[in-house]
Amino acid sequence: MAITKKQSAELARQVFEYAPAPEAIDHVKIQPHYGLFIGGRMVEGHSKKRFPTINPATERKLAEVVEADEVDVDRAVKAAGKAFDSWARLAPSRRARYLFRISRLLQERSRELAVVETMDGGKPIKESRDVDIPLSAAHFFYYAGWADKLEWAFPNRKPRPLGVAGQVIPWNFPLLMLAWKIAPALAAGNTVVLKPAETTPLSAMLFAEICMQAELPPGVVNIVTGAGKTGSLVVSHPDVKKVAFTGSTEVGKLIQRSIAGSGKRLTLELGGKAANIVFDDAPLDQAVEGIVNGIYFNQGHVCCAGSRLLVQESIAEPLLEKLKRRLSTLRLGDPLDKNTDIGAINSRAQLEKIRGLVESGIEEGAELYQPECVLPERGFWFPPTLFTNVSQSYRIAREEIFGPVLSVLTFRTPNEAVEKANNTPYGLSAGVWTDKGSRILWMAERMRAGVVWANTFNRFDPTSPFGGYKESGYGREGGVHGLLPYLELN
Amino acid sequence: MACCPTSSSTELDVRKTYKLFVNGEFVRSESGRAYRPDGKVNVPRGSRKDLRDAVRASRTAFPGWAGRTAMNRGQILYRAAEMLDGRAAQFVQLLGGGARARRELDQAVETLVWYAGWTDKLSQVTGTVNPVAGPYFNFTIPEPTGVVAITAPEVAPLSGLVRRLAPALCGGNVVVALAAESQPLAALTLAEVLATSDVPAGVVNIISGQRKELLPWLASHMDINAIDTAGCSADEIKAIEESAAGNVKRVIKVTSDEQSPYLVAAFMEMKTVWHPIGV
Repeated sequence: MAITKKQSAELARQVFEYAPAPEAIDHVKIQPHYGLFIGGRMVEGHSKKRFPTINPATERKLAEVVEADEVDVDRAVKAAGKAFDSWARLAPSRRARYLFRISRLLQERSRELAVVETMDGGKPIKESRDVDIPLSAAHFFYYAGWADKLEWAFPNRKPRPLGVAGQVIPWNFPLLMLAWKIAPALAAGNTVVLKPAETTPLSAMLFAEICMQAELPPGVVNIVTGAGKTGSLVVSHPDVKKVAFTGSTEVGKLIQRSIAGSGKRLTLELGGKAANIVFDDAPLDQAVEGIVNGIYFNQGHVCCAGSRLLVQESIAEPLLEKLKRRLSTLRLGDPLDKNTDIGAINSRAQLEKIRGLVESGIEEGAELYQPECVLPERGFWFPPTLFTNVSQSYRIAREEIFGPVLSVLTFRTPNEAVEKANNTPYGLSAGVWTDKGSRILWMAERMRAGVVWANTFNRFDPTSPFGGYKESGYGREGGVHGLLPYLELN
Repeated sequence: MACCPTSSSTELDVRKTYKLFVNGEFVRSESGRAYRPDGKVNVPRGSRKDLRDAVRASRTAFPGWAGRTAMNRGQILYRAAEMLDGRAAQFVQLLGGGARARRELDQAVETLVWYAGWTDKLSQVTGTVNPVAGPYFNFTIPEPTGVVAITAPEVAPLSGLVRRLAPALCGGNVVVALAAESQPLAALTLAEVLATSDVPAGVVNIISGQRKELLPWLASHMDINAIDTAGCSADEIKAIEESAAGNVKRVIKVTSDEQSPYLVAAFMEMKTVWHPIGV
């Protein structure tokens, strides 16, 4: 007996009813105020300006941090510069040991870090616990092993570190992005000044504690908090030899322009508008899980999110039906609840941006679908959303939304899928779903993107290089390729 | 000079009109302009429009060239070395004659041969299979970044150009090159070598003209993926880097005498592919 869509949704609600399962937070101590991590210890800022960092799920203040000014940044860079000579000269096997220590400490304090990450950023605890923190520890472990093996990585060369690296990271994976930046830089023998994102500084502050616990030599890692102004001070400091930035394409372009002619090395990991392409022979249930993971993971705050679903016309209807049914089972709410699938939007500003783009989608003529979804009263929330009837020219098909919003387009032939998938200035990632091996390889070859997930999506690993084509930036993070941006080979 | 009657000849030479090389064709500048870098020979003074035509031609040629097998690209680069060597006398004369010119020619031939042998080894040396912590097959391979702009240095106008052209082509990129402004004849004649080496139309485009006029357009063109700065001054590099930010162009700053797979890799993107392992 066929059941109606309404009955099916009702059934889903009953089956997937869960009791609250809050993660304990009593073991986590967040200080009311954090200073800056310079020269191996926490110091008060020269800047007296402070700003609050809030829990986006409750809008409650968690702590205050310093908005580092020019003097603070200069102190941090000087400390890193002072530490560079001895760090670069330290026996590589000893550099490795420090990094192994850090990796172990991250594992030991993993739950504390996961809770802080979730409270400060809004992501579901099951993601911070199972993805962000383990991957961060794994990243340090992987690069620890490279520290005394660099000559094997680059045949015919004697790799040398560059000096002080200035690193600016985003708010979507705060600790993981920190690990992606700091681990290869240190393994290669550089010292760093890192600026965490304005809305998510707390896990970086805990990382500063971990550096002290690891007895990392003073000045090898320095962390300055602040907003865009502080970030620009870090990248423009004359003693910074290497700049690494992860964030929006807009800011990436500003940085590339601003350091022109300085001789600084630069890597950029910027925005994306990935196509997730589903062929008519794909296993549909697996594809639905992949689509959900592709765009609703971390509230869609993912640069490589599969934000454009390209589905072969002949299966569009059944696939969308399955997808919509699946959306109705996603649990949105308290990020600290272990059953939560969709947490809070990271900030009010991001929420406004998502709302604006969704409105533009409606105005331009796309058809909106959102499952019934009760949003908590306080905090920043956006329900899982999908748009059908999307034309390639719509803003929701062209611009990075960085939220839980999927734009669905259709195609008929493989060539059309390639054409549409590559029709974007971005080129970070792509997804392909099909049962046919030869087609997977054919598609993978044609995607102008740095990462191609075939019959999977949003997988990450320290050994696996990550980074973009075109306006998604340049340079790779992860793998042996991730060492190159931090080394001089000539 | 190549254009002038040799002393032993009693016949009048049939002089060559030097032209730009765009989309596999020898064309005059659409601007109709010419300049005389040596005071005698008319050389087309390429315009912004010529550059744009060249970029369009190269973009069209890109999938075909990138899609050639590595072995085929190697064969074509080797063929270019053969053609260049076969015209050695002409190039030595164009480069001013003497031992130095001969060395430059030999170096250019050697560079083409060396990179011809790299096309089918690059991914074995710079690619990886990555042991991820999960049931996935994961590999990383180099792919060409796309349309590459190259400026030939004013010194060594032939070998300087070939030392950047060859690695870019080796990886499957397509090229828009500016000939050396003061000595463009070798680059424009190199086009004749490429045209007879089975290099598909549009894969290499060579424009002569004034750097000051053309370089800013190359650096800011939204459909150029990478720009090489080997032939550029510090001031030019700064200006290039500023304009390149408009479309996040890769600015390649590997030193000009570099000859290595690392230079080829500088013109490449690394692509990583994941697939689950299971039954």
